[in-house]
Amino acid sequence: MPLRIANAAGFWGDSLAAPRTTVERAAAGGAPLDYITLEYLAELTMSILARQRQKDPRSGFVTDFSTVLTDLLPALAAQPQLKIITNAGGINPLACAAATAAILRSAGLGETLVGVVSGDDLMPQLPQLREDGLPLINLDTGQPLSTLNRPVMAANAYLGAEPIAAALVAGASIVITGRVADASLTLGPALHEFGWPRDDWNRLAGASVAGHLIECGAQATGGLFRDWQNLNLAEVGYPIAELESDGSSVITKSAGTGGTVTVATVAEQLVYEIGDPRAYLTPDVTVDFTTVELAQLGPDRVAVRGATGIAATDSYKVSLAYESGFAASGQLLVWGRDCAAKARVCAEIIRARLHAAGYTPAEFHVECLGANEGVPGLRPPPTDQFETVLRVTVHDDNRAAVERFTREFAPLITSGPPGLAGYAAGRPEVRPILAYWPTLIPKNLVQPQVVVRAAKEMK
Amino acid sequence: MQLRQLAHARSGDKGNHANIGVVANTPADYTTLLRELTAERVAAYFTGLGVTRVERFELPKIAALNFLLYDALAGGASRARRIDTQGKLLGTAILDLELPG
Repeated sequence: MPLRIANAAGFWGDSLAAPRTTVERAAAGGAPLDYITLEYLAELTMSILARQRQKDPRSGFVTDFSTVLTDLLPALAAQPQLKIITNAGGINPLACAAATAAILRSAGLGETLVGVVSGDDLMPQLPQLREDGLPLINLDTGQPLSTLNRPVMAANAYLGAEPIAAALVAGASIVITGRVADASLTLGPALHEFGWPRDDWNRLAGASVAGHLIECGAQATGGLFRDWQNLNLAEVGYPIAELESDGSSVITKSAGTGGTVTVATVAEQLVYEIGDPRAYLTPDVTVDFTTVELAQLGPDRVAVRGATGIAATDSYKVSLAYESGFAASGQLLVWGRDCAAKARVCAEIIRARLHAAGYTPAEFHVECLGANEGVPGLRPPPTDQFETVLRVTVHDDNRAAVERFTREFAPLITSGPPGLAGYAAGRPEVRPILAYWPTLIPKNLVQPQVVVRAAKEMK
Repeated sequence: MQLRQLAHARSGDKGNHANIGVVANTPADYTTLLRELTAERVAAYFTGLGVTRVERFELPKIAALNFLLYDALAGGASRARRIDTQGKLLGTAILDLELPG
């Protein structure tokens, strides 16, 4: 029997209904799931969560998971074999576990064992690491962290599958992590269930490929696919990886759901957001995607075979985010036969008024949406354009400059050109900007921690 | 001949860089892509993005090419300067690329 792992969340903001639907559809089809994974953490999600935790020490995790878990309670009661693996812990896995335990207790499921994986948060040790002279070189720019003179908001190592497997060995039915590599959410259960030697690189590679294929949810099952006109995406099924003990897998979805699983959808997802396919780096294994073969086994069933791997590097990737000023974007609909010219005049009026008020933002970026500017420089503007959405984005270290920008939109109602609409949304919102400093840390400087306790004992 | 007649594509972000995976429809189309869809041609096509360098990787077993477009995102997802902060449009955009033949 293959191990059946579904992923029903591909980012924080993904469908709230998908987890329950995925679990129930699989059971109704006679092939219940063994695991459901929920992946919530994009690169900069951690810094948003870090800011939340600054305001409230009990926050800093993905609250959507509480909603999803509540929705899953009937399924968990009906399917005791089902386990949940999620990185919903964000920057505060212990608080997420406490919230999870409270939901379980109130549902009479206090005996459920909850595992918490932590130790990815490097903020407590960052001052010491910097004092010790660890360079933390920016992988994009080659600069050491000592050259950064802005406050660091979050620094998290991407942990691997091992602590997840350890939590499962200890009996956890729900495993909550902070930052872990996305593919490790799938490899963790595979390590536990198959007991692979930890240097069986090809098997580890196979499960990691399966994890990569399902980590973005419906992107493996018809989302973003070219044949969108022929697909029922409203009821799209989320991906299920049927993992074999040899590391191969079948990517599929439940019967009766929308979308499609073909060699084409899976191939597109295999090359999604990767760099060098010969060296897909995870904390567990370095995978060679160029050895992977795909084959259509039947409707909505694609075999994934042949993945190979070598030993992982001796570093963890770190996502470090630092404060980088403030930004705001404002939009206005500009209508009429001279709309594009009019839109640019509006932008220049705003710029001039900002300047007169004493502000010259570091960035003042103007786009005319509808005039082929979504991908700059690719196509000429249309010749008979009758409306455009003016979008102006301002970025500056000085919050006051950005605040002032947000107040210079509305006056155009009465003092700008005719043919403007769309003020009803109100003033643009000023948002703090976090920039990303990708770096590495030697694995021996990071200590993953695993705690497994019954929900009734977690307060 | 437009690339859309030979392939389909998907794009996303890698920090300040973007990647575009291009998957050929048939083995014969993959041979054409190998010959015609060069890193130089993709770089020239996306000049307006401010791309500094394009690297091409081959995945022959799935008949796909992966392109890494360095510095394509004007500061990355966090800066959010352009409406397409994560390069999601590029996979659709590349399909209009004209190839000889």
